[in-house]
Amino acid sequence: MPTFVYMTRCDGCGHCVDICPSDIMHIDKVTRRAYNIEPNMCWECYSCVKACPMNAIDVRGYADFAPLGHSVRVKRDEEKGVIAWRIKFRNGEKDMELLAPITTKPWGTCIPKLANVQAPTQEMRNSQLLYNEPKYIRFDDGDIHTLESNGLKMKAGVYY
Amino acid sequence: MMTTNPFSELSALISADIMQGYIILMFILVVLGTVLDMMHKKSATYFFENAKKQKKAAKRTVDGGEKIGLLVKTVASEVITSSEFCYTPRRISHLLTMYGFIIFVVTTAMMIFGADTSSGTVPMLWHIGALMLAVGGYWFWFFIRVDVAAEGIKWYQLRRADMFVVSLLAMSTFGLIWSYLQSGGVSGWDMAFFVLFIASSTFLFSTVLWSKFAHMFFKPAAAFQKRVTKADGSRENLPPDYDLSDPAVQAKFPDIPEYMGKNPSYMGLGIKRETPRHY
Repeated sequence: MPTFVYMTRCDGCGHCVDICPSDIMHIDKVTRRAYNIEPNMCWECYSCVKACPMNAIDVRGYADFAPLGHSVRVKRDEEKGVIAWRIKFRNGEKDMELLAPITTKPWGTCIPKLANVQAPTQEMRNSQLLYNEPKYIRFDDGDIHTLESNGLKMKAGVYY
Repeated sequence: MMTTNPFSELSALISADIMQGYIILMFILVVLGTVLDMMHKKSATYFFENAKKQKKAAKRTVDGGEKIGLLVKTVASEVITSSEFCYTPRRISHLLTMYGFIIFVVTTAMMIFGADTSSGTVPMLWHIGALMLAVGGYWFWFFIRVDVAAEGIKWYQLRRADMFVVSLLAMSTFGLIWSYLQSGGVSGWDMAFFVLFIASSTFLFSTVLWSKFAHMFFKPAAAFQKRVTKADGSRENLPPDYDLSDPAVQAKFPDIPEYMGKNPSYMGLGIKRETPRHY
């Protein structure tokens, strides 16, 4: 199910070219719009679909198993911190909408400012622990934090 | 220079009838080019087929009155203020180019068809239009347009996609230089730039079939169609824009209040914090 671009909606901003892990989203030399240069190599990660600010990229189902036209479209709203999906089954009747948070803290606020951190000592360098490891997995105040220790429960199934 | 009608001096060399004939010819070429473009790319067929498909997927019908409202909103937002561009510099550059082009073309026609230019307002507008066109266009060409280097193309290598913007830039630049040389009394050179000005404008208006000139006609139609799909609930199969503080949305998707609170805060620009220039 490779991605394809609605050429009339693409404005050639290059976000998909930038984000594609397979480097197969390119800018067409004639029309200056994005296109998938090698659909066989697309592994449908949806990165470009989510990154496209114009919603100009869609994923095509192959005709052998999606003959009646299903649709899986997504809209990632970074400013609200959520991702919304709309899944239409190929029978044309089931139309599902999903919404999930993708961040609970503003973007960029949780990037460690390594330049401001003190350099590690030789003892820390020789240790097996990685940067900030005892602090971040919170061994230092008791034990590893788990769902139980935080009073949370794992719910069964998909619970949107 | 700014308040002088550059075409009045030209009328000693070229008769007004020829100039008027040229304007009419260019108008016909644009209409013809747009119609051929529509037939060749089958864009109108695609547009109406797509509209039919969206209508089938609609959740409610949009009546005539609502459609007129949507049309007014499209004109006020997408057409007049180019609101479809989410990158602000590109939007400003598009507005400069668009209004510059409209002012330039309208004032050119006015001056050639004998409008009163004694007050100097129309020639002034002609020069301002050309300047706006040049500023917006060069800004776009050098700083905003699609990163052509990523595809191994140097900035000066022209492709078919560049026909429209390059001929627009050439027309406004040569027009301004011609007007400047003419007001400075540089004979010979002013005619050379006049020839370049006419050549570039002829190229611009006669290549509608191959360039993106026709976008000014079909983009508003596409923007209107996009608004209709939003209003009728088909939304091109896209999910809706949720208001996260809406209790109904929170009841439908309990993860939102659980992880983000009742009034989720603004999360910043995310991926849009940087322009995509890493490839």
